[in-house]
Amino acid sequence: MPQTDLSAYLPIALMFVLVVGFSVVSLFLARLVAPRHPTPEKVEPYECGIVPLQEPVQRFPVKFYLVAMLYVIFDIEIVFLFAWAASFDDLGWYGLAAVGLFTFLLIETLVYVWRRGALDWNLPRRRRYQRAGAAAGDAERTAA
Amino acid sequence: MSLLERLFANVWFTAAVKVVAAFALLLVAVILLVWIERKIVADMQNRIGPNRAGPWGMLQTVADGLKLLFKESVVPRKVELGIYLAAPIAAMVPAFLIFMVIPIGRPFTIGETAVTLQVTDLNIALLFVLAMSSLAVYAVVLAGWASGSKYPLLGGVRATAQMISYEAAMGLALVPVVLLASAQSAGDVGLGTMSLSRIVELQQGSFRWMIPGWFVFWLAPSFVLYFIAAVAETNRAPFDLVEAESELVGGYHTEYSGFRFALFYLAEYLNMFNVSALAVTLFFGGWLGPDFGLPPWIAWVMPLFWFFLKTFLLVFLFIWLRATLPRLRYDQLMDLGWKRLIPLALVWLMLFALVTAFRTWGAPWTEALG
Repeated sequence: MPQTDLSAYLPIALMFVLVVGFSVVSLFLARLVAPRHPTPEKVEPYECGIVPLQEPVQRFPVKFYLVAMLYVIFDIEIVFLFAWAASFDDLGWYGLAAVGLFTFLLIETLVYVWRRGALDWNLPRRRRYQRAGAAAGDAERTAA
Repeated sequence: MSLLERLFANVWFTAAVKVVAAFALLLVAVILLVWIERKIVADMQNRIGPNRAGPWGMLQTVADGLKLLFKESVVPRKVELGIYLAAPIAAMVPAFLIFMVIPIGRPFTIGETAVTLQVTDLNIALLFVLAMSSLAVYAVVLAGWASGSKYPLLGGVRATAQMISYEAAMGLALVPVVLLASAQSAGDVGLGTMSLSRIVELQQGSFRWMIPGWFVFWLAPSFVLYFIAAVAETNRAPFDLVEAESELVGGYHTEYSGFRFALFYLAEYLNMFNVSALAVTLFFGGWLGPDFGLPPWIAWVMPLFWFFLKTFLLVFLFIWLRATLPRLRYDQLMDLGWKRLIPLALVWLMLFALVTAFRTWGAPWTEALG
């Protein structure tokens, strides 16, 4: 029988303390026994062995934000689905129909996003390659 | 009441014993896991593998850990110090907490007090696991960002996109499990179908003749989807783009050295163990298995044996994948997650729900017609 009172979370809190304690103590221990000889070259950001030529860029492609936003939508969907699945037998056909409609809307969203190219990682470049490949093929055919 | 019984009736004592035991167990499991992986991969590549420290090189991981303890931990110049130092700990915490809710053996009683071989039996265990594996993303993104260096940043951002994508697929693949548990415990509403101990109980008995009642026989597509997502979620080959060493050096932990790196490494292997243990619990009947009519003083070992045997078989699958498949390209990885796994999981969920609905309640029109 699963526990329903809050005391079920006591071991989790204890484990949290234990893991954090273990990490902190072992890192502290490592600090005590490990040597420390920082040199200007050693503390530079890693650049395959050479001293970095330029500062690291702190920007990254907008694609990643898009994935994060899509994830939020799908994660909310999953939360709803779990709540429905847990009381599947209570909700009966009505629940199934409602979730079916909801899921259909979600699949439709996915299809829309897919068709708009939001799920293609390197689309412009891929298109360029395709066009270049097609042009090269044409040229070969005319030459022959 | 004997002393032992009185001690186990105390919530604090039970919690403390279980937590320490689980912690030790996980550390030993990881030590063995790393050794097993290195040995198996070595065999598959026609090498010998570690064979110096301890019998058959079993203590190699301990030796490596000690070595890392005595190595210099370089703190690069450009780091965001607070976050940089906190990230390895943030990786450790969810890795250890996930295991808390997984039942590893049959509950037993000391006198009147029931003791479960599970650190804590949450009624929302599955939700807890998903929440913790979401938290695991933070360690990666924070480590990558706080290092102030280009490879960790790229690795961290890639890892984040990969992990959240496959997190969605993994969550969707697990919904049918809850659904099946809910349909099977019809009438027993409120027993908590997201509790992992309950899900294991529901898999008791046999499905047909000798075939056990494991959920995998109903939910094989869910298991496949879950397993693929889990490999990606734990950043293992062939989805280990996070640490694609040919282009990203070490990925998000490039700037970590010494024992800080060891913590990341520990968390990675723990995660592999955790997702395998979760798959065993949800799809392969957890600790259930025959005890061959052994006498009671030895029979209690059998559930533990089955649990660890099944878990290590799945872990072997992870290792086998690593030794066999080449790494995917990043756009292929994202395509697989969003264009294959998620639509498949959605369609399979709806299909399974429909079939389960017909099996549980019969056709909705019979009532109206009859």
